[in-house]
Amino acid sequence: MSTFTRLAKWIGVIALLTTTACGTPATPTPSASQPSATTTAVVATEPPEPTATTAPTQAPTEPATATSAPATATTAPTEAPTTAPAATETVAPTVAAASLPTAAGPRGKLILATTTSTADTGLLAAILPYFEARENLDVQVIAVGTGQALAIGAKGDADVVLVHARSQEDKFVADGFGIDRRDVMYNDFVIVGPVSDPAGIRDLPKAKDALAQIAAAAAPFASRGDGSGTHTKERSLWTAAGITPASGANGYVALGQGMGETLTYANETGSYTLTDRGTWLARQSGLTNLVLLVGGTSVKTNPDTSLYNPYGVIAVNPAKFPKANYEKAALFIEWITSLSIQRRIYEFGRDLYGQSLFYPVAQTP
Amino acid sequence: MTAQYTLRGVQHRYGTRTVLSLDALEILQGEVLAIVGPSGAGKSTLLRLLNFLEPPTDGVITFDGQTVTARPPLDLIRRVTTVFQRPVLLDRNVHDNVAFGLRLRGQAVDGRVDAALAHVGLSGLDRAQARKLSGGEMQRAALARALVIEPEVLLLDEPTANLDPYNVGLIEGILAAQNRERGTTLVLVTHNVFQARRLAHRVALLWDGRLIEVNRTADFFDSPSDPRSAAFAKGEVAY
Amino acid sequence: MVETFLPIVTLSLVVSGVALGIASVLGFPLGAWLALANVPGKRVIEALIYTGMAFPPVVVGLVVYMLLSRSGPFGDLGWLFTTNAMIVAQVVIAFPMVAGLTQTAIDGLDPALRLQLRALGASSPQVMWTLLTEARAGVLSALIAAFGSIISEVGAVMLVGGNIEGQTRVMTTAIVLETRQGNFELALALGALLLSLTFLINFAVIRLGQRREAPAR
Repeated sequence: MSTFTRLAKWIGVIALLTTTACGTPATPTPSASQPSATTTAVVATEPPEPTATTAPTQAPTEPATATSAPATATTAPTEAPTTAPAATETVAPTVAAASLPTAAGPRGKLILATTTSTADTGLLAAILPYFEARENLDVQVIAVGTGQALAIGAKGDADVVLVHARSQEDKFVADGFGIDRRDVMYNDFVIVGPVSDPAGIRDLPKAKDALAQIAAAAAPFASRGDGSGTHTKERSLWTAAGITPASGANGYVALGQGMGETLTYANETGSYTLTDRGTWLARQSGLTNLVLLVGGTSVKTNPDTSLYNPYGVIAVNPAKFPKANYEKAALFIEWITSLSIQRRIYEFGRDLYGQSLFYPVAQTP
Repeated sequence: MTAQYTLRGVQHRYGTRTVLSLDALEILQGEVLAIVGPSGAGKSTLLRLLNFLEPPTDGVITFDGQTVTARPPLDLIRRVTTVFQRPVLLDRNVHDNVAFGLRLRGQAVDGRVDAALAHVGLSGLDRAQARKLSGGEMQRAALARALVIEPEVLLLDEPTANLDPYNVGLIEGILAAQNRERGTTLVLVTHNVFQARRLAHRVALLWDGRLIEVNRTADFFDSPSDPRSAAFAKGEVAY
Repeated sequence: MVETFLPIVTLSLVVSGVALGIASVLGFPLGAWLALANVPGKRVIEALIYTGMAFPPVVVGLVVYMLLSRSGPFGDLGWLFTTNAMIVAQVVIAFPMVAGLTQTAIDGLDPALRLQLRALGASSPQVMWTLLTEARAGVLSALIAAFGSIISEVGAVMLVGGNIEGQTRVMTTAIVLETRQGNFELALALGALLLSLTFLINFAVIRLGQRREAPAR
């Protein structure tokens, strides 16, 4: 569908909009409104029915129809440790979701501050509906850089964070802002650059050597420059290479932007850049001037362990922020590290890219 | 005749400049009082005090036997209104302009606006944009807007200063009729001695903020008690 | 596609509409008061308002964030990352524009008008209201300018709303997201939609203003 066809369609809707502006419920299901192609494909294989997901909120007054649901579970779903059956369940997810007791009462919320890569790849949209249905809550995803996500957590404005910058995470916990840190998954970073590869780094086994060669050739390099997990990793690689880059000198620029914007910049200017593999795979088809040069064709074949990119989940410390929803945050950590969700993380993206975008580490599926 | 207003020791200052200093002035119910004097004499200031738009710096004003406070109630202000030299009409049609005072008071408009417009010779122009009228029509619309609320006192600040003789005659006729038939008290500030003579029962001369003479019109013009009055009556004072 | 973007467009209009409404309720009286009043602190307030008009929206967002944060003074409201927070930020952005431009509009009226209105027996609120309606062309410009600035604003709503899908995602933050994901066509189309909507609304408002002013002889 061309841009203009879409546009014409939307404009046609405006008249409808102006008449029904206030009455329209503004709660689309996450999977339906995630516009990336990634999600569409994932949804096709793993269809948590949107209506099933939202059903509990739409009929909160209805008594639980499932006879198997005991009254205690209905009124206080958190007290019933139903996590275990859901975790060990190997049947189709739709069945699992549908067989959950219909939780009554007002719908809660859990604020998840996370990095853009988990949201933009479509991973969260693919897995969160299960948790939302089980716990009868909305997971509100604030997708920002790791630095900002931890800053939001450090002010107590999120309940749980899912980020990728181990040193910053450890500091976050050490400073008392977070507790219950668990490893969730990992992927890796790769260096991409112009097809012509002026610095000649193609297939170098070590990222630090590649960076050293880029610097030596004074080839353009685009840095996120935003304190994100990727930026943190990049700085540690420069340190390992014994180089302290300065923006504006020797071809190095610090953009202060997200991964997507940085890849776009690199594509337009013929710069090298460090990117997480997930975002690279999702964006690759549109970045015609760039190729993957260092890091191998998949996470498993990456020759450089320093490019390893672990993701951690941390609950915001309720002792410091009493208003934080620690109860659900703890359940979320337990859930995302459970076997069935770890398996789902492993499966995510395999149909579209032929490889996983994230590899689980909490459990071995 | 009873007093509509009495002013005792009224002083009005802006900063250190005294613009008005009146030992005593009475304005009678149902009279037409012309206030004359050179420009800067304090005539317009006096009208603002009489419309209760600002309180005097010093002294006492009573209206209809009651002392006027520094912050007079809206009900009191609404018994008096002013027509200014330059008609300030709202950016609306003539009908809405004339109905304005009635709507402010929450009163029914009914046929009163039409009657007022007919009274000033503007029938048929009720839907016209007020600011597209001629000068004379504008002033008549402003007069209709003032008369329709049936004020007890109508204050007029040079109402015909910039108008052609036809409109001057028309407006003077309306004012005289209003006073004669409705008994409305009129206070008319004018620099036109002939107009004062035609309309007023009494004439007061203001000079540098002071009251020089208040007298019946015929006496003011024929046997003035002050040389300044005489000069003014003869048209020897430059405005 | 329509099902996806309808809620986003609706939310944009509702958030900015409500914010504009609140900003008007606060800004009109303040603007009128500033035009009418003659008090010592007036110049300071004016300077503050004009500074407010030049304030970067993202800083407004940051301040609102700090205030509504759980560790901030109004954390108990639980407004952060909700549409309420976005409305608060947009009110702060729009309010100085409404107040400042309203004052300018009323200052442009004939000064004799105020005296005439009071002489006709108008109370202070009636004077204020009449002056606002007399300055309606300028007041409409104030509304249009303020609406344009908040419906197209992205930094503040991103920060305090969080761009949560289905809850706080509006057209501008959706455009940022699509851009970040490399969906330039989609982002551009959304931008065109935003532009068309703003145009239609402005056109309707201007037409509405003209109708009131049209001579009906």
